[in-house]
Amino acid sequence: MRFLFKTDYEDDIRLFPHSGYVVSYGVLLALLLIAPYVLSSYLMSQLVFVCIYATVGVALLILTGFTGQASLGHAAFLAIGAYTAAYLQKYNVPFPVYFLAAGLLAGCIGALVGFPALRLTGIYLVIATISFALIVEEILARWESVTNGNEGMRVKTLSLLGVTVPRDSPTFYFLCLAVLVLTIVGTLNLLRSPTGRAFVAIRDSETAARSMGVNVALYKVKSFAISAAITGFAGVLFAHKLSFISPEMFTLQLSIEFIIVILIGGTFSLHGAVLGAIFIVMIDPFLTYLKDDMPGIIAGIVATFGAGTQGAANVQSKVAAFASLNGLKGAIYGIIIVLFVLFEPLGLYGRWLKIKLFFQLFPLYKRATFKRQKIYVKSERNR
Amino acid sequence: MSYFRAENLSLHFGGLKAVDAVSFAVEKGEILSIIGPNGAGKSSIFNLISRIYRPTSGRIFFEDRDITEQPPYDIARLGIARTFQNIELFENATVLSNLLVGRHRHSTTQLWQELLFLPSVRANEKVHRRRVEQVIEFLDLEPYRDKLISGLPYGVRKVIELARALCSEPKLILLDEPSSGLNVEETGDMSFWIRDMKNELGVTVLMVEHDMSLVNRVSDRVIALNYGRVLATGSPAEVQQHPDVVAAYLGA
Repeated sequence: MRFLFKTDYEDDIRLFPHSGYVVSYGVLLALLLIAPYVLSSYLMSQLVFVCIYATVGVALLILTGFTGQASLGHAAFLAIGAYTAAYLQKYNVPFPVYFLAAGLLAGCIGALVGFPALRLTGIYLVIATISFALIVEEILARWESVTNGNEGMRVKTLSLLGVTVPRDSPTFYFLCLAVLVLTIVGTLNLLRSPTGRAFVAIRDSETAARSMGVNVALYKVKSFAISAAITGFAGVLFAHKLSFISPEMFTLQLSIEFIIVILIGGTFSLHGAVLGAIFIVMIDPFLTYLKDDMPGIIAGIVATFGAGTQGAANVQSKVAAFASLNGLKGAIYGIIIVLFVLFEPLGLYGRWLKIKLFFQLFPLYKRATFKRQKIYVKSERNR
Repeated sequence: MSYFRAENLSLHFGGLKAVDAVSFAVEKGEILSIIGPNGAGKSSIFNLISRIYRPTSGRIFFEDRDITEQPPYDIARLGIARTFQNIELFENATVLSNLLVGRHRHSTTQLWQELLFLPSVRANEKVHRRRVEQVIEFLDLEPYRDKLISGLPYGVRKVIELARALCSEPKLILLDEPSSGLNVEETGDMSFWIRDMKNELGVTVLMVEHDMSLVNRVSDRVIALNYGRVLATGSPAEVQQHPDVVAAYLGA
């Protein structure tokens, strides 16, 4: 175990508390940089999605994890970013301009959503953001002169400074990675300055934040705007990666996936957004694999336990029918959320911290270390 | 003119007069205690000053400025900090970041500067950090700097709340029952700190308190309240001898 002896106030401010962090993040960055030359094109494509989902995850963490304002409408902000890019592309606007425009537009709309949200908390805010997402979805389907309605829009190949960047090229991956890294660094900067602390203050006690001089309304709107803007940036990359966008891609299902990203990753640290993004992107091929192979495997097991050929085939077709049921994926997502909320509320990153601490303290680790305490009841009167 | 003044302050919830035409003044550099039985309206007065409640009528002046209509977050910016009876700390943050939120009224940096963490932000952060460290030293909080609030005992939380208020470098501090839930030793420490705050930091203190020994030890003046009305004002000894106060506590 390493003990840090702080000798300077700088020690509390710097991003990497000690050299170990520099080494491990350096190695991670190096691995990510050589990834396109090592991994298969399928895995690279998944990695790009991880970057995009993680960017949205960080955005959602700012709003939900750190400011405490739940949102189930982030698919709408992603859609606004994606459609802004696709629309401006038709007029040959260069990439940097429509990239910024998408973030700016999503940010402004995020601020507008933030204003009515000032009076709402908890479940009511969730309902408000869901209805916002539904409104945006409907607008995308109906405003045909701009969005081409349900037929969707083609997104041309990205062209950056005169060079075309195909959606499966290493350059596109590096672009997504750069956006993710810049988002994370910007967010970390925010969290170690007054604005980030004001966000956390609002999450934990609005009354106390107010009496410490935090303009709660202003900071909630700021949080909404920042979160929406980052999601808008991610939306541009999302549109380019898919090369075709239509309203049914930005449904409530996608918003729920974003919530899963942070719930499963862990809502208290930015690591959670990345871990959750890896989880959500990788679970899809895993489920497909199960769907394709499970019936055969189960039939094999049944056969070894003495069922006849006829019986095994019967079982195989029944399992296959179950695996291809409609809505099974949604049900599995639901079960995953419930299990995580019940058994690992700190998410994958919390689990990682526990494993790390277990080895650091090896024989002395106590399970109670992470037990949540609920001793003092805060006054609800002053809300 | 007084430093801080409340004039005919009233707070009515329907027919219930929680605070009823209360007037009082706090002089610069004094410690004024408000005492009274449960439900006398002591905490309501604090919530009126920090604008959690809007007064039904009456005005509040601070440094000859009418602050009755100021938004709640501006009260702290003017230099009035407060603590809460039931402790309102930021549970899932470290002690250090709790105290740094206390510095919020002194932060001058813009959002875009913070996103890039420009040298100006870094310099400001160091100033905040140094100020916080002075408060930590003043209140002996060194062992808890990097601890999460959710893991700390009640007595320490009470001190951290005081520290957070002091971090904003207030001119006037409102202490809502600083000794509630503390043991005798901790209450003793608290009384020394309250005196030191006045003598060393030059903070004016307005305090609601039930513990008469603490009130006697630190207060310059005492106001006794019952049913939202002022019963008596004066030195601690005078107020405790006052027949109305005795009647209010013991029954006539």
